Amino acid sequence: MIEGILIGLNTALSIKNIIMVMIGCFAGTIIGMLPGLGPMTAIALMIPITYGFEPSTGLILMAGVYYGAVFGGSTSSILINAPGIPGTVATSFDGYPMAQQGKAGKALAIAAYSSFAGGTIAAIFLLFAAPSLSKVSLAFRSPDYFGLMILGLTAVSAFSAKGHFLKAMMMVVLGLMLASVGQDTLSDIPRFVFNNMNLADGISFVLVVMATFAMSEALSIIFKGSDPTQAAKQISLSKLGSIKLDKEETKKMVTTIPRSSIIGFIVGVLPGAGSTIASFLAYGMERNFVKDEEKQKFGKGSVNGLSAPETANNAACSGSFVPLLTLGIPGSGTTAVMLGALLGFGIQPGPRLYQTNPEIFWSVIMSMYIGMVILLILNLPLIPYIARILAVPRAFLIPLILFFSVTGIYLMSFNNFDIYLMIGIAVVATILRLYEFPMPPLILAFVLGGLMEENLRRSLLISDGSWAFLWDRPLTLCIMITILFIVFWQIYNSYFKKK
Amino acid sequence: MQISPVKIISLLFFVFSGFYLYHAYQIRVFAFDENAPFNAKTFPILLGYAGIFFSGLYIALPEKRPANVNLSVLDYKRTITLVVLMIIYGVTILKAGYFLSTSIFLVLSYITLGEKRWFWVFALSFPFVAIFMFLLHGLLDIYLRDPLLKYLGIIG
Repeated sequence: MIEGILIGLNTALSIKNIIMVMIGCFAGTIIGMLPGLGPMTAIALMIPITYGFEPSTGLILMAGVYYGAVFGGSTSSILINAPGIPGTVATSFDGYPMAQQGKAGKALAIAAYSSFAGGTIAAIFLLFAAPSLSKVSLAFRSPDYFGLMILGLTAVSAFSAKGHFLKAMMMVVLGLMLASVGQDTLSDIPRFVFNNMNLADGISFVLVVMATFAMSEALSIIFKGSDPTQAAKQISLSKLGSIKLDKEETKKMVTTIPRSSIIGFIVGVLPGAGSTIASFLAYGMERNFVKDEEKQKFGKGSVNGLSAPETANNAACSGSFVPLLTLGIPGSGTTAVMLGALLGFGIQPGPRLYQTNPEIFWSVIMSMYIGMVILLILNLPLIPYIARILAVPRAFLIPLILFFSVTGIYLMSFNNFDIYLMIGIAVVATILRLYEFPMPPLILAFVLGGLMEENLRRSLLISDGSWAFLWDRPLTLCIMITILFIVFWQIYNSYFKKK
Repeated sequence: MQISPVKIISLLFFVFSGFYLYHAYQIRVFAFDENAPFNAKTFPILLGYAGIFFSGLYIALPEKRPANVNLSVLDYKRTITLVVLMIIYGVTILKAGYFLSTSIFLVLSYITLGEKRWFWVFALSFPFVAIFMFLLHGLLDIYLRDPLLKYLGIIG
């Protein structure tokens, strides 16, 4: 492990990779601050830029964007009560009241220190958990992987789209259907190609992620007539106040950070749970932990109330890398985009990644520490300036997002058909978004489609066509029972439970 | 009786799944693979049934929290114009070249969204695209196909 850490440090500390982390954190912060444009859009827009990079550099850039976007989301939650991403909604509960009391600088500093501490502690957990889990996951067989993938998709549908489980499941099926277009990987038999040679190689992952996130989010903003840059205009006008914390505030944070980091990391590892659930859970638990006097301050500008969700959502970001790096199964939409990018680089994450590509495995983990430090020292003092850069009018922002999306596809194929297909998918996604059909399950399903079919193929061939492989092994049986429980519980909760 | 738009979308997805399932059964597999435990059409057939199941369930079950969308406040004109501009951009990008088509797309999009500061409209189109092309093509060595600039001898 020590050797791996040194390899990772060596790669992560190269000038090129440090610059990439800085660019990633900076770009992520800017995009994350805009309500409506989350980390998935930020990462999607970065994919075309990573084409010419080495895999480790590309992944380091995307990880930086991820952390930056989460940090940026907290900033808009605190300053204008408009969370950039769902994972920072709980941050606004106490962050915004603090800003209203003229302590915006302090609130930002608490968020930054908590994010830094949560992310760093969780990265240490990741350092130890990932190799251990990799060893355990070597014992997994095709039926287990197939079950885990269904579990991931079901969990993302259940947790990422609360109250819209069936809509999310329809998106899962649609994502898998889109992934099935093109030649079958084993027999090369064309499927759903309709004699169109442009579809023979299937639909590109970058095309789908650009269409369903970057492009459809941009079109949704215009369609709904909203203006995400309005937030930035308000930030630049606000007075932030001091960013220095007193002893009392520091003491409160010191007690909150360790427990929220543990909660955040564990929730982040679970498929589908992610930073939103982690932050709400940490907020709720912190409320139970503190003294009655502090409990009264919750929702009115409590230091503990702000520190807990901020620590947890960053810890969850690190935690979400565990299933991606060790099992090759992303637990969230954002890590699904990263998996897609990794597959594009020709790298298959999984239990053997840290043996076959140690420089990628360890450099990503090491770059997390570097990313946290950069976020702290670069972004905190720069927030007012970043906010000014952000005051770009909507009339410029939206066309630039559309331009980056089209350019991404143009660079990949130099084919008009892909551009038309992307526009078509984006228009459908915009309408679906309007009626609250969630997009992360679609992306996760699209990325996992090929792997799911492969593992189902192996399982059915080994069991000679019998579906008994779903309950033959105790591990697979446990996974299937969990899936059934989630499905029935969600349907019962959404349709039959009396409120 | 008013039908919820989400139910209509689910119905469309139900029909789409049926169409997908029909075509899944039409996938022609090798003769020796026809009776194999798994072939090229097994997974798509399962997906077709899954699509029918989930959309059918949504149609059949009562809606507890129907999506509340006020259709009258949506900006159809600008959205459709942007989509049309993107399609035209897609048509022209290979023929007119990346530089010209992208710059014109940006100018028209800015104007569509109501921008009237002509200096910024110009600065964030032609010079911006030129700098972007230089970064990609010149520095990152990412190939950009542009027949027009190649004809003019600006890029190789």
